[in-house]
Amino acid sequence: MSLQHLAVKLFAANPAQVADTHWVAYFNRWIQQHLAPEMLIDVADYRHVHHGPGVMLIAHEANYSLDETGGELGLLYTRKAEVAGDDQAVLAQAVGATLAAAQRVEADTPLRFDPARLLVIVNDRLLAPNTPETLAALRPALTTYFDGLYGAAAYTLQATAPGRERFSVTVHVPQPPTLAALAARQPATEVTSHV
Amino acid sequence: MKVSNRAWRDRLAGQLPADLAEEIDVFDTEIELRMAGKLDEKVFAETRLRRGVYGQRYDNGQRWDGEVTQALTYPAAPLTKGPNTLWDAPGMQRIKVPFGGLNARQLEVMAELAEEYSDGIAHVTTRQDFQLHFIHIGDTPALMRRLASVGMTTREACGNVVRNVTACPIAGVCDTETFDVTPYARAITDFLMGHPDTQDFGRKFKVAFSGCAGKGCGLVNMHDLGAIAATRTVAGQVQRGFELYVGGGLGSVPHQAKLFDAFVPEGELLPLSQAIARVFARLGEKTNRNRARIKFLVAKLGIEEFKRLVLEERAILPYDPEWTAYLADLHLTDEQPLHAPADLPAGQQPEPLARWLRTNVEPQRQAGYYTVTVTLPLGDLTGDQLRGLADIARTFTRETLRTTVDQNIILRWVSGADVLALHAALDGFGLARAGAGTIIDVTSCPGTDTCKLGIASSRGLAAELSTRLAEKAHTLDAAVQGLHIKISGCFNSCGQHHVADLGFYGVSRHSGDFIVPHFQVVLGGQWGNNAGSYGLAVGAVPSKRIPDVVDRLTERYVSAREADETFQSFVKRIGKVEIKRLLNDLTAMPTYDADPSYYTDWGDARVFTIGDMGVGECAGEVVSRIDFALTGADRQIFEAQLQLEAGQAQKAGETAYAAMLQAIHGLVKEEFYDVPTDPDRIAAEFRARFYDTRIFWDPYAHGKFGQYFFQAHEAKHLPYTAEVAHQRIEEAQLVLEATHAAYRKLRAARLNAGLGEAAQP
Repeated sequence: MSLQHLAVKLFAANPAQVADTHWVAYFNRWIQQHLAPEMLIDVADYRHVHHGPGVMLIAHEANYSLDETGGELGLLYTRKAEVAGDDQAVLAQAVGATLAAAQRVEADTPLRFDPARLLVIVNDRLLAPNTPETLAALRPALTTYFDGLYGAAAYTLQATAPGRERFSVTVHVPQPPTLAALAARQPATEVTSHV
Repeated sequence: MKVSNRAWRDRLAGQLPADLAEEIDVFDTEIELRMAGKLDEKVFAETRLRRGVYGQRYDNGQRWDGEVTQALTYPAAPLTKGPNTLWDAPGMQRIKVPFGGLNARQLEVMAELAEEYSDGIAHVTTRQDFQLHFIHIGDTPALMRRLASVGMTTREACGNVVRNVTACPIAGVCDTETFDVTPYARAITDFLMGHPDTQDFGRKFKVAFSGCAGKGCGLVNMHDLGAIAATRTVAGQVQRGFELYVGGGLGSVPHQAKLFDAFVPEGELLPLSQAIARVFARLGEKTNRNRARIKFLVAKLGIEEFKRLVLEERAILPYDPEWTAYLADLHLTDEQPLHAPADLPAGQQPEPLARWLRTNVEPQRQAGYYTVTVTLPLGDLTGDQLRGLADIARTFTRETLRTTVDQNIILRWVSGADVLALHAALDGFGLARAGAGTIIDVTSCPGTDTCKLGIASSRGLAAELSTRLAEKAHTLDAAVQGLHIKISGCFNSCGQHHVADLGFYGVSRHSGDFIVPHFQVVLGGQWGNNAGSYGLAVGAVPSKRIPDVVDRLTERYVSAREADETFQSFVKRIGKVEIKRLLNDLTAMPTYDADPSYYTDWGDARVFTIGDMGVGECAGEVVSRIDFALTGADRQIFEAQLQLEAGQAQKAGETAYAAMLQAIHGLVKEEFYDVPTDPDRIAAEFRARFYDTRIFWDPYAHGKFGQYFFQAHEAKHLPYTAEVAHQRIEEAQLVLEATHAAYRKLRAARLNAGLGEAAQP
């Protein structure tokens, strides 16, 4: 079992602040100024949908959104294109992109993110069915990666209950480093877009 | 694109219906051939459309970002999936839902597909379909296989074929229906899909069923083929059949369907439909797609001649046992309740539950059972909501769900005893919004959000209106609450604005060097009686003032309506002159400097303009010659509407033609100032300078609007019936819009050439 198509969500620490930014205009500025490595295409606004994807920046290789799934606001990075390399490269790409985007949002807006919790979803039910077997199969790769990011025994992994939802794990970090520190610990990855 | 796509083929091997499996395998191969350059892009475009794989906005590789037009450099470029449609550009996938019928597992699969291939949202359309947006074409075969594994298909969801067959979503449980049309809708779906006689149409073909004539649920009158349930008694035996209509349609120029036969026996439904398809395929327009819908053929031949040809065709059709085989199995689509019948709980419920009970819960014909409408804002719902709805459908019903043309989902066969628990369950997923079928339940096409044809943001406006109206829903007069608002992003009517009390469709106007998003206000349409009559445009208003339009019209309706007067009657009584006066000040456009908000559309942050158009200093306050001509044409169109209302069809048709001529004359004068006023000469100069040069061409409709003018010009001495005059007025409105667009092109070209306004002759 190999990882691809990861979605990573950092939860907002101060969700009430989301109202202070015109997010459609904000993400449109990302397009104007090419503020992300992907080829940015359009902005979609789904704030009318209950606990939906919120405002979404659509790119060719991935989407960025101020996601409200589960009633919890956060920045969600959803990788669509294949990432070259092994599982560690795939994890590093998705987490790294999420951290970079979150740092930019924090620099530009009053919204802040909580580094103590990270949600990682495998957005492909065939690659990663939501079963205990998948957790068992992926645990070594996840452990290797998050040991490197947070340090061994500095975090816990909690998998979503098996079922119809996509396979996902939530990483809980009692004493989290800052976003900047986490970003600095990311291995350098060369991301190739495969469509 | 997913790395698992290939693996889905193996995973689902043997689980798909053989015909669908083969169909998808063929498409897989066609994708490979196209990628290898061995399949022509036009051929591939048609084949993917017939699988419901549509293009989407910005798939030509360009997007205006508010400051400049950016190139979208997709990796596989210059590979295309159709003319001007880049391979990697996100597209839309339409999924057919015949008669809106769904089960719980299908909802779960829709959730999976929305999450894994789309943007997390599934969208219910105005024709009971689902649509997923931002889909990569490489993912579509896997997506189709997953759909086929639960009995769903995208086959012939687009293209020049028979589209999704729609039907009243309360068929079988409605107290006004003659009988349940569901099995007939299913039968015609199965019979016509992929049928050899439906593969050679010049344009799409839409079919609708209704159980009764009075309600709006089936919208039969706006369909290419429409059937209303009917019975007759012969020798003491009650026979089932249909009141059959042909040649209806909205689009840019709406046509009311014509009665083909007041009673077609049920056994004749399929063979007669086949005969109609054959006549349409044989005689329908093929080269000019703008005149290719069957409505044009029916109009050209006349309903009597059309009927004669169809019956002649029917007489020579080789017998097909499928014509009547399904009649032995009509019960297969019957539904059963899960729980015992019961009345709704007695006593007054607290708000907002009480309001939800009033607007979203309707008693069925079967005592003790209710339909419950799940109101979906803009037709959208998430994966979690889809799964939640699936669970709810299993808990309270035998998975009896239908999508609606109002972009909602209806749960059927809910016991009255379960309604409150059902409300609580829906509320847990944010699906217990009240107001189904009321003024806050605004319908909209995708518009500029994702549609290549969109001019203005229909979804943005719909969201704004819905939010504003919901905030004051409890204070709205009951007469206003029952109104329908429907919005299209352009004249093509996917939002069905023609059959709303308050309809809007996107247009644009120039102001100085800017383009301002506008909506044409369309009043007087009728949703009931199966889309019984169409509204007419009363004028264009800046997009940002449309909420004020709604407020003014509804307030006036409340204050001035007579007892039990419908909005349609009210509009007719006070007249368009008064309505135009009422809205007149709202049509003003402040300059960009005075109020830049007018120059962005709802839900968008970008300046609404043409990206490569320069900003000249001389244009801001100047009213050019053509502005007078266009304003005059606008006025004449309005006068034509009044004449038509007064029963002066001949005069109305002549005035509508005169409006076209005035607009075209104004445009020609921009290039040839001394053009004679002789209409033939104007038409000739227009053809040479604007039509043949394609300045007057629309990117998607091509020469359609110019042809409207030429046809009107050629027919100007012929008598006008009320119907022809109505169409001429609609065409004049579109010619006017096209003239605006052509003038913008002309102006942009001049500015780019450094000529400015002063260079005009």
